[in-house]
Amino acid sequence: MSTTTKAPLPEEHPIAPFLRMDRMPHIWCPTCGIGTIVKCFATALDESDLDLDKTAIVSGIGCTGRVAGYMNLDAFHTTHGRAIPFATGLKLGRPELQVVVFSGDGDLSGIGGNHFIHAARRNMDILVILVNNFIYGMTGGQNAPTTPTTARSSTMPFGNFERPFNLPHLAASCGATFVSRWTCLHIRRLTKCMRVALRRKGFRFIEVIAPCSTLYARLNRLGTGLNLMQFYHDEAEIRHDADTRELDIGFQDRIVCGNFIDEERPTYLEMMHSHYEEVLGDRFVPMPPEGGWIHE
Amino acid sequence: MKTDPAGVLTGVHYLDGDYACGEGAMAAGCRFVAGYPITPSTEVVERISQRFPMTGGTFIQMEDELASMAAVVGAAWTGTKVMTVTSGPGFSLMMENIGLATMMETPCVVVNVQRGGPSTGLPTMVGQGDMMQARWGSHGDYEVIALSPQSPQEAFDLMIDAFNLSETWRVPVMFMMDECVGHMTEKVVIPPADEIDVVPRTLSDKKPGEYLPYAVNGRPVPEFVRAGDGYRFHTTGLTHDERGYPVMSVECQEENVHRLMNKIRLNADQIIHIEEEDTDGADVVVMAYGITARVARMGIDMARAEGVKVGFLRLIVVWPFPEERIRELAKKVKAFVVPEINYGQMVLEVERCAGGKAPAILVPHGGGGVHDPATICQAIVEASK
Repeated sequence: MSTTTKAPLPEEHPIAPFLRMDRMPHIWCPTCGIGTIVKCFATALDESDLDLDKTAIVSGIGCTGRVAGYMNLDAFHTTHGRAIPFATGLKLGRPELQVVVFSGDGDLSGIGGNHFIHAARRNMDILVILVNNFIYGMTGGQNAPTTPTTARSSTMPFGNFERPFNLPHLAASCGATFVSRWTCLHIRRLTKCMRVALRRKGFRFIEVIAPCSTLYARLNRLGTGLNLMQFYHDEAEIRHDADTRELDIGFQDRIVCGNFIDEERPTYLEMMHSHYEEVLGDRFVPMPPEGGWIHE
Repeated sequence: MKTDPAGVLTGVHYLDGDYACGEGAMAAGCRFVAGYPITPSTEVVERISQRFPMTGGTFIQMEDELASMAAVVGAAWTGTKVMTVTSGPGFSLMMENIGLATMMETPCVVVNVQRGGPSTGLPTMVGQGDMMQARWGSHGDYEVIALSPQSPQEAFDLMIDAFNLSETWRVPVMFMMDECVGHMTEKVVIPPADEIDVVPRTLSDKKPGEYLPYAVNGRPVPEFVRAGDGYRFHTTGLTHDERGYPVMSVECQEENVHRLMNKIRLNADQIIHIEEEDTDGADVVVMAYGITARVARMGIDMARAEGVKVGFLRLIVVWPFPEERIRELAKKVKAFVVPEINYGQMVLEVERCAGGKAPAILVPHGGGGVHDPATICQAIVEASK
């Protein structure tokens, strides 16, 4: 005779405190990768020693653009492509904030591409998490600046003939001080990468490759999200410190992952402060960390 | 409350309208400006970038006007008073995030030093062709507030009003200067800080958990909190409920957007600011704003010399438009004469409000210069017949 004992279920999911549970269920499709990445991010927040009351999250528009709306932080769901400049305003308006931008490939590298390169150039003190599913998902599977050459999209029905961005290289060449790429299969590594990035300063960029089974996989006959996870398992190659010039992603080709850049360079605010202290001396009055606001 | 003296350059100065506008912003407590260079507005941000490092403010030159406006909306949520500055082509790019600011109910000031348009138009020369764009430029239904100064002194004084109105009503306020006022140099008196009243950011006294970002509880605007104070609030450009959560329904759209309209429409009498001279008993009333108001005064003097009874109505707040006053005057006057540096924008509002009781006669100017006062005089004399 044997008895089976069940471990008691926890009252709530360990990451529930980091989510707006009153907004569940979320809008993402079954086997979409974004939820997994949110789980990694919430876990990274949990494991970090950040003051979450002083942590703000900003998203643009699109599937990943909904992330801010589900995080239990000060959260801003903004306009298409403008999450980075909006986040720039938040950071400069109240410099003590930790500001995270969480948005998609079309949002951040398509319509928002100009803001991306300039924030990297300035070493603006924000963490940018970009979910790359190779396609515009929310609007129905149109071609993105990240769609691999020859892959099909609804606006490239005969296959994409454009060359996609190599996003880690774009970020690195513009001056990002922390650059990584993972897939949403790499849960432990991605979580650790996010935890490390949250502790760094300056413009930090994490690209996360994620399956879009509803559109990208269907239009390209790649099966379900699970098939794509299997593909990441088989074809992702971890190569830390790889030369970012060699990180192009071809259609159903090897995906090089890893932590490529992690270096220290003065941030925008540090540059501003040290420069004005040098040239203006005691006359320089920096904006207080809590913001330059007037109140009773 | 009285303003922070750090931004106030008290004294008697000789400034152009752009510099005076920048001084007005700093005196009003503005401490964050994001902008992109564009003629004829650049002197505003040049002034601010010279003074901000010594006054606790931050200026950042963004990569374009899309980014400038987005940064300003973001910074406003920290409680810091914010502004951006541009001219026509940049104003067009800002429309996207001006819409976001109206939907999120974000106080901010957008200065447009108007030049001749459309498109690149006349970069260094005057225009007043963006008046309707200020009201209708972003998509969807919304209401904003717009002001138009006629002198460098007013560029200073009205900036204080612009910031106070944006804070009170939680809307973007359009500061519709024109190149002439922007580049005109005159005496500007900046009062001491203890004579400058500012509307501070008033924060909710509710606790996190109790606070709803868009609950109005019978007031015209919701209570504010700042990012970073532990409220963990959510805001979005999507149609949203009191929690700031997206709700895609006819009912929520009605509740959300109608309130955005009504907070201005139902309180317009508290916002409208006009100046009248000799409108009682006038046969003709001239309506003008900005630099054209000053030119129109010369035309009015000339018409009076010819014996015409002319009144003058100057728009200081341009939007919301003084509908009621125009309706009243329309019952009494023979005609309105509206000179403006465009081919007919605010004149359409006069015509609408006059409702056929008195004609609204446009005196157009395509831009690049101001009216010849004799042209305005001639229109007044004709209208009086």
